[in-house]
Amino acid sequence: MGKAFSKPNALSDTMTHYCPGCTHGIVHRLVAEVIDELGIQGRTVGIAPVGCAVLAYNYFNFDFQEAAHGRAPAMATGIKRVRPDLIVFTYQGDGDLASIGMGEIIHAANRGEKFTTIFINNAIYGMTGGQMAPTTMPGQRASTAPTGRNTDLTGMPIRMANLLSQLITPSYITRQAVLKPQQVNKTKKAIKKAFEYQVEGKCFSLVEVISTCPTNWGLTPLDSLKWAEEKLLPYYELGDYKIPE
Amino acid sequence: MAKVLMKGNEAIAEAAIRAGCVNYFAYPITPQSEVAEYLVKRLPEEGGVFLQGESEVAVGYMIFGAAAAGERVMTTSSSPGISLMSESISYIAAANCPAVFVNIVRGGPGLGGILPSQGDYFQATKGGGHGDYHLLVLAPDGVQEAVEMTMQAFTLAEKYRGPVMILGDGLIGQMMEPVEFPDNLKTEPSNKDDWATNGMDTRKSKKRNLVKSLFLNPTELNNNNLALKAKYDQMKREEIQFEAYNTDGDYKVLITSFGTMSRVCRTAIDLLKEEGIEVAMLRPKTVFPFPEKAVFDAATKESCKAVISIEMNMGQMVEDVERCVKGQRPVTFYGECGGDIPSPEKIIEIIKAMI
Repeated sequence: MGKAFSKPNALSDTMTHYCPGCTHGIVHRLVAEVIDELGIQGRTVGIAPVGCAVLAYNYFNFDFQEAAHGRAPAMATGIKRVRPDLIVFTYQGDGDLASIGMGEIIHAANRGEKFTTIFINNAIYGMTGGQMAPTTMPGQRASTAPTGRNTDLTGMPIRMANLLSQLITPSYITRQAVLKPQQVNKTKKAIKKAFEYQVEGKCFSLVEVISTCPTNWGLTPLDSLKWAEEKLLPYYELGDYKIPE
Repeated sequence: MAKVLMKGNEAIAEAAIRAGCVNYFAYPITPQSEVAEYLVKRLPEEGGVFLQGESEVAVGYMIFGAAAAGERVMTTSSSPGISLMSESISYIAAANCPAVFVNIVRGGPGLGGILPSQGDYFQATKGGGHGDYHLLVLAPDGVQEAVEMTMQAFTLAEKYRGPVMILGDGLIGQMMEPVEFPDNLKTEPSNKDDWATNGMDTRKSKKRNLVKSLFLNPTELNNNNLALKAKYDQMKREEIQFEAYNTDGDYKVLITSFGTMSRVCRTAIDLLKEEGIEVAMLRPKTVFPFPEKAVFDAATKESCKAVISIEMNMGQMVEDVERCVKGQRPVTFYGECGGDIPSPEKIIEIIKAMI
């Protein structure tokens, strides 16, 4: 009988530092599986963000650079422009991409940079300890919004996939989730498509992934999945927002 | 090669190409935009990369990404732009990547003005960004030196795997002078197998490379800082460049000056010599590492009674001069900024008042 399940080559043997119930691990694995399947491990360069995934390079087994907060798309631009033969992706959270790195992601997408962005949206700052993010839901509690996000003072949550899909430059922009097995399968297909577009030299791709943060949401892992399903998905609708045709 | 008449900004751009750098990212800012306008035409001829970024902040990280991938890369900017790039410079230094930054300094602080200044000496030599790092900083006195230093910068950046800065000013950027591009200053790219993130397939070892600046373990962070310090110490031993002008005679006053300001000082020294007044000048060409011993030796020559630092700022390099002279001679300062440049007549008047 053959082996039914094994670790992708693009992942390393490392104990996880992510909290119980956190979905980073699922997305890491999906990215690694896609890299294995496309046979691109030896020419891939990942860019780590600032946030919980700053240590993503501990889990991936290929070249990696570590960016400053929000600047991963600019670094990816630098690499991809001087070495278009490399496969480059950024892996960023919502504080990193939608707050401090808003300028970098918009302009990279608008230039049609031929790299891939994996955007983890869990509606909160994880690593710094649960502060309000641009993606935090109205009324959602955060350490810097202790009575819940007041949209009169802080505006409504930013829907990055919707926003980026408004740019005229062709790109692949999709929003997926990893709260249920079926969603995980769809997310993998989206990540694969995003990397395939890059291999073909076609366009910029961004896969937004609705994720959980049980620790900073103050919920159990199971309740977190439920909360995300009930509170996040109606606002952050899943699906392809832009395809490059 | 025959000399050609070129504007400083364009000469710096061409020097980068002659040094084997065909990757350029930048954001427009006066008084250095001609570099980009020159390279947008020239780099396609060389099969290179030209990209105008959305901000100096982003450009700094485009430089970081390209440098970490092991390619020669340069940006040019002017004072406010360098402030924005200083974040990335700190990261690039910490992560040990070679890159060349050119600062065609304008007057500050704030938006300041667009005329020549030397107000960024502190920023360039003491660290514009956060943390314990230095750039190797070369300060040319004209277009020819700007060309040579730009070419050397790529070799030095790779030797030390760190950021190198050309500290020019608006005069160098905007004036035209005859220049030549010495072929011997172009070097072959160094081997990057053990650090560059350009794909594991490029290396026999197939080992992955990691470019990073985060060290959560205090011992690891301390070790990275010690390794950086070791590089700066090596620069102090091996890379100091300076010019000693009229230091053979029995001079009474030593001028310290750098960059284009030194050319005015040279004129003043020549005019004073005609009147029988001997004045010398010590000009650091590397402002980091600083020629500490040369300044001390020149200042403490028996005939020398006083030292004056003359700069296009409100007194910056003078602090290094005072540090090096160690109280052995009085050190004074004269400077103008905002675009006004001390004239030879003014310098002569000040020197005469000193003796």
